[in-house]
Amino acid sequence: MKLARYARVLKLFWQVSIAAELEYRINFIVAVVSSLGGLAGSLFGLFLFYRTDYSFPGWSWSEALLVLGIFTILQGVSATFLSPNLNKIVGYVQEGTLDFVLLKPISSQFWLSTHTVSPWGLPDLVFGSIIVLYAGGQIGLEALDYLALFPPLALGIASLYSLWFILGATSIWFVKIYNVTEVLRSLLEAGRFPIEGYPAIYRIFFTFIVPVAFLTTVPAQTMIGRSNPIWLLGSALLAAVLFQASKWFWGFALRFYTSASS
Amino acid sequence: MLSRPLHVARTLISVYYAYMVEYRAELIFWVLSGSFPLIFLGLWNQAAQSGDLGFTPAEFARYFLGVFLVRQFTVVWVIWDFEKEVVQGKLSPLLLQPIDPVWRHFFGHVAERITRLPFIMLLVGLFCLLYPEAIWLPTPYAVVWGTLTLVLSFCLRFLIQYTFAMLAFWVEKATAIQQFWFLFYTFLSGMVAPLALFPEAVRTIALWTPFPYLIYFPASLLIGLPVDLPRGLMIMIGWGAIAFIINRILWRVGLKHYSGMGA
Repeated sequence: MKLARYARVLKLFWQVSIAAELEYRINFIVAVVSSLGGLAGSLFGLFLFYRTDYSFPGWSWSEALLVLGIFTILQGVSATFLSPNLNKIVGYVQEGTLDFVLLKPISSQFWLSTHTVSPWGLPDLVFGSIIVLYAGGQIGLEALDYLALFPPLALGIASLYSLWFILGATSIWFVKIYNVTEVLRSLLEAGRFPIEGYPAIYRIFFTFIVPVAFLTTVPAQTMIGRSNPIWLLGSALLAAVLFQASKWFWGFALRFYTSASS
Repeated sequence: MLSRPLHVARTLISVYYAYMVEYRAELIFWVLSGSFPLIFLGLWNQAAQSGDLGFTPAEFARYFLGVFLVRQFTVVWVIWDFEKEVVQGKLSPLLLQPIDPVWRHFFGHVAERITRLPFIMLLVGLFCLLYPEAIWLPTPYAVVWGTLTLVLSFCLRFLIQYTFAMLAFWVEKATAIQQFWFLFYTFLSGMVAPLALFPEAVRTIALWTPFPYLIYFPASLLIGLPVDLPRGLMIMIGWGAIAFIINRILWRVGLKHYSGMGA
């Protein structure tokens, strides 16, 4: 019953926000061109490593391309679902409009995390998928291998969402914290490349502190069929723990919310 | 008659310094979000350990520290502020003052550099702890020309971005153009790798564009990599002149076109 209500609300949210975004259709061309430009740059960056005899330990060119493709898909997902919502939390706290969200008869975390969807991440999703398909073809993956991408990818997105939301929630204390999400974003850039390409300290940092490894490397390994079940298990555990933590942290943070005028 | 400009500069810098110090906490995050070169430092450092790329791991570490420093000192955000001023009509009162509004932006940026300094020192110290083999003593030549090109490249970047900002008079989202430009900046400026590692053709073309002079050129001078100094300076000045002329034309035409709220 409750689930059906949330589904209906979600549908309404998205209908409204897509209708609003479609007012700015020129943006779509801008998004496509930027996405293509960004992709060309990423390919160039990867090519710089592989044009010498060097390759990331254990990763052929096509396999590294697979990682890049998954990274691009993730970029699309965060541009479509995550950043338009989570980057606005600061604004609500600053202006005190969070009051109106808290008064609504649905979960405030749900409202804050889902009420907008931006179609401008779509080009990244499409181009990322093309790269994954191309790289997969080069490696010789089967249809089932492509399906294997989805569970670890979904878990990775769940972890990313939770981390992002927790950082966004800190704006209750630090009103001007807009840049925290910027720091997270710049660290996520590390996901363009397989984690094995980094020195040991980096690997520890990107596995245990900012779990970039679970976002792109683990899904790619699962597709190639090289993944240790431990990693998948770790990914699931991480997603569950972080998601629970985000819910707990939001409840905790709200106790300190004093609205803008008081 | 030089005293008035000096006086204005001093006043603006002290005002904006006081303003920036209020947002110290925010500044830490801006400094940290410039960690992009450090990611590539890790990758190249690892790569150099397994094969001969023409650079040793220590040289890579030094190069990317140079990139990090240059980036910290040349951060520019004038287009976001200017766009807001135009769209919200806040430019109107500024036009009444007997000083070109650009100076407010310019000295705001300069003052922010000063507030940033302690954090940069801290991060450089941390870096030296992590890569003690990368510590180097710059020659007087490197200090003089490196600093000079660093200042020049900040001015060039500011000038180019301020020129894009002029487009805010006509289009609502001038920042979209800046973001597109930023893509090229990311990959052609030498932020992802020293230009020596680029394929020959790409490097030749890149060296005619302004991008390498915003990062690669000052960074190389600071750490003592060989670069063509006279040619580099000429190209910087050339692009600066082009941007300046376009900027002034757009400013004149744009002001006539400007009809912000209240204008």
